[in-house]
Amino acid sequence: MSALAIEIPYWGQSLLRVLGGLVAVLLPAGTIVYVFLFKMMSFMQSRLGPMEAGPYGSLQLVAEVGKWLQKEDIVPTNADRRIFRMAPIVVLVSTFLLVAVVPFGPDAWFTDFETGIFYALAVSSVSVLGILMAGWASANKYSLLGGLRAAGQLIAYELPMVLAVVGVVIQAGTMNLQQIVVAQNSGSIFGFDGLGNPYVLTQFVGFLVFMVAMQAELSQAPFDMPIAESELVSGYMTEYSGFRFLIFFIGEFATAGVFAMIASTLFLGGWGLPFAWFGWDSVDSVANWMNVAGPVIVVTKMMAVTFLVMWVRFSSPRLREDQLQRFAWKVLIPLSLANIMVTAVFKVVA
Amino acid sequence: MVAQNVGFAVIALVMLVGALRVVTSRNVVHAALWLVVVLSGAAAQYVLLAAEFVAVTQVLVYVGAVMVLILFGTMLTRSRIGTEGGLNNPRWWLGIPVAGLLMAAMSIALVGGIGDEKMPAGAEPVPTAVVSDQIFGPYLLPFWALSFVLLAAVVGAIVLARKD
Repeated sequence: MSALAIEIPYWGQSLLRVLGGLVAVLLPAGTIVYVFLFKMMSFMQSRLGPMEAGPYGSLQLVAEVGKWLQKEDIVPTNADRRIFRMAPIVVLVSTFLLVAVVPFGPDAWFTDFETGIFYALAVSSVSVLGILMAGWASANKYSLLGGLRAAGQLIAYELPMVLAVVGVVIQAGTMNLQQIVVAQNSGSIFGFDGLGNPYVLTQFVGFLVFMVAMQAELSQAPFDMPIAESELVSGYMTEYSGFRFLIFFIGEFATAGVFAMIASTLFLGGWGLPFAWFGWDSVDSVANWMNVAGPVIVVTKMMAVTFLVMWVRFSSPRLREDQLQRFAWKVLIPLSLANIMVTAVFKVVA
Repeated sequence: MVAQNVGFAVIALVMLVGALRVVTSRNVVHAALWLVVVLSGAAAQYVLLAAEFVAVTQVLVYVGAVMVLILFGTMLTRSRIGTEGGLNNPRWWLGIPVAGLLMAAMSIALVGGIGDEKMPAGAEPVPTAVVSDQIFGPYLLPFWALSFVLLAAVVGAIVLARKD
């Protein structure tokens, strides 16, 4: 915050951070829903998608939110009322906790957390609790099955995700996301520093594993068995309506956005441009305008990563439950373990 | 340090209430969810002690993995909604002396080990690299022993789960 050259009191900074967090979670969620779920899916299916509300249907989302907000908030008679009501909030809170460690510029960060990426992986698993709570409290066998499936899936795919990140951490030598960004942009590949060293090039296997695991963590097709509509109605979300459904819905796409931001921070160089272009050599010498350009760069990269996720989502059929588990344990985990070994060898030798 | 003390007291109170509700709750899933509150409280206390790495590990292992496993298990086997009777073991009172003994042993160990030493005011969190240097340096042997125990547990689990 020193870049602004004005002293903001601690409570003011905290308030700004909370507001910034709200923007960083909700704005990408809305953009993803409009650009990908409404427009891109329609394009791939040779239709126009929403066109009436606002120019090119850009205000459709406002109409949808309004519709959900004025719907009745129904709780099933046999449900466990308190837990039923708490569950969506737990899911959304985990998303907000997640965004806290994503850096957006040399001085534009919410917290400069030493164990950043480790923290992100830890709090992302909190959403499983919310999903289990929702599935159980609904007093509905489809909900319960959906919740259990979600939990099994998220646990199975958390492992390859953590292991894929370990490769990046070994190469960068730090778990702090800010320093991972700096390491990528000030690095070089075989002495060539025109691109920096985005880990998508040198950690390509890790990136692949991370993207697949991310797809599963977000329960996007082909990994959407928890809400498989042909078997489970709508999984753990079956009994939810009105604004609680809205919270689940926002949570799904907000988490997609935040995970995409984390993926672009880990593998695509985050907010940075290759430092060699401007002759910067450390994070302190980075020009102040990067605090403005950084968020734009992060959001651009986030949209690119989300595009990949949504592309796979719209064009692949659902896997079976046993295929899903087998793929995680027999393909992804051995692959990421091998990746760690190779990375460690290169780190020691090179 | 006053702010930290107030924070400690508030979190400790929440943990205390949570722990009591774990054993008095009349629904297994509710009890498990109260346990989540207690374990998250422990993570918050670690943050107050400037031990970020331990705090995050606490969340990852206990909230993210162990509690999910417990909830998964209870929901898969006895997922009843509403209050249930007969959840108490008839010999529940045995837990009281065991808990007392445990507390005495831990207090002796902590007071003996730390004594009057105080955390320096405004202590910075220890960098993770320092923590790992400690684990893979002086504490390498206990670390190996622990990994061996875990390996044995994994092998045991596979043996139990195999049908043939």
